Amino acid sequence: MSKVAITVNGTLHTKEVEDRTLLVQFLRDHLGLTGTHVGCDTTQCGACTVIVDGKAVKSCTILAASIEGASVSTVEGLADGEKLHDVQAAFHEHHGLQCGFCTPGMIMASVNMIERHDGVLDEATVRHELEGNLCRCTGYHNIIKAVLSAAEKHRAAHAVAAE
Amino acid sequence: MYETTYHRPGTLQEAVSLFSKVEEAAYLSGGHTLIPTMKGRLAAPAHLIDVRRIPELSGITVGPDRIIVGAATTHATVAASEKIRALIPSLCGLAGSIGDVQVRHVGTIGGSVANNDPAADYPSAVLALDATLHTDRRSIPASEYFAGLYTTMLEPGEILVRIEFKMPEIAGYAKFRNPASRYALAAAFVARHRDGNIHVAITGAGNAGVFRWTEAEEALQARFEPDAVKGLLPDENDLMGDMHAPADYRAHLVGVVTRRAVENLGGTLIE
Ligand SMILES: Cc1cc2nc3c(=O)[nH]c(=O)nc-3n(C[C@H](O)[C@H](O)[C@H](O)COP(=O)(O)OP(=O)(O)OC[C@H]3O[C@@H](n4cnc5c(N)ncnc54)[C@H](O)[C@@H]3O)c2cc1C
Ligand code: FES
Ligand code: FES
Repeated sequence: MSKVAITVNGTLHTKEVEDRTLLVQFLRDHLGLTGTHVGCDTTQCGACTVIVDGKAVKSCTILAASIEGASVSTVEGLADGEKLHDVQAAFHEHHGLQCGFCTPGMIMASVNMIERHDGVLDEATVRHELEGNLCRCTGYHNIIKAVLSAAEKHRAAHAVAAE
Repeated sequence: MYETTYHRPGTLQEAVSLFSKVEEAAYLSGGHTLIPTMKGRLAAPAHLIDVRRIPELSGITVGPDRIIVGAATTHATVAASEKIRALIPSLCGLAGSIGDVQVRHVGTIGGSVANNDPAADYPSAVLALDATLHTDRRSIPASEYFAGLYTTMLEPGEILVRIEFKMPEIAGYAKFRNPASRYALAAAFVARHRDGNIHVAITGAGNAGVFRWTEAEEALQARFEPDAVKGLLPDENDLMGDMHAPADYRAHLVGVVTRRAVENLGGTLIE
């Protein structure tokens, strides 16, 4: 057993967990944050994607104990009350989901992508950067549209902020 | 996954002595090979010794004719390194072709080179760029390091610390990816060294893992142009055949990626 302290969506959580506990289990089973999904459990599908210290990662393949002290963002931390995050709103607007199973991972990967590229994205880059996220409902076209539109919004907001 | 005990030593010394004291230990770096293997119960180390916070294993340094990369450096860091891009851009391109964004954020060069998966990317660069593998106890030349599928000359408990690449005059990497896993079905790293020697390392295809394709090296030594390897194929008896690609198709791909690596010197071509 290890005592781990991890900040999740801004709140510090300290828990005693088995060393083999995966980050996704820490989030779902220990913190009750079931928005992060397990699609494959084999590091392929990206449904479990969360952001750890600014980087999108597959939480099914990281030991919670190994990220002691880190800061994690999950899909639950995006919306501001009833107001959806721009990326969530764009998925809604562009019908970027069907069954919704892959969506939390898609959204976290997209949020991270937009941040890392400062909103400067084209279709080819979005497709390349979403290679680690599989959608069984094959909604890729609309997902790409949603990401591009949220990226555009991010750029516009930053341009205003810079003025 | 079976139970395990996690350790995070802060020094090289501590890691090595811990490994020798406990039973059934394994080093953990990005864990993007080891954790899936543990989940599949194909490995069940009782102790995991995380090497990522050992200072010697991080950082990228550049000398006049060398690039030295710490073993715990992630694929994303190598892909984005301006220092490396200025000198061996193909190495950045190679790192950027591994898996997907999430995998590159976590997987490390040391884990990849220690694991020696026959379809992994880095082993080809290590061999073609005549690298030296520095461990906690010695330095191993690339030509002696790889020892067959998933096997290297690393002894139990030996830690890969740094990988020192020899700066080539020019190099190119071309990879034909398995579209599902994004591992190489066949990939070629071609380098012309400053002493004029040409190295061609092939990954993804060999039935004993990464190998130097000497026939192609001789042909390119005579004439360093894509056409020099036209019609040249490796012996398919030396190649893997599996559900992803039979050996004769892999032989064909090896010819194609080698030609394309020479066509794209100074860069990377991923298909
Ligand atoms: C979905 C997916 C796609 C992938 N696609 C590709 C691809 O296209 N190309 C590619 O090359 N790879 C690919 N990989 C593998 C990925 O690059 C791994 O990160 C890498 O092979 C192992 O590195 P790691 O840091 O994760 O090592 P770990 O999993 O931590 O370790 C791997 C092995 O090396 C040992 N080890 C680790 N570090 C050291 C050290 N410093 N000294 C001694 N022994 C050590 C460990 O004990 C273990 O046996 C993929 C992986 C996934 C999950
Ligand atoms: S559940 Fe983690 S990648 Fe599929
Ligand atoms: S919306 Fe169903 S898996 Fe993507």
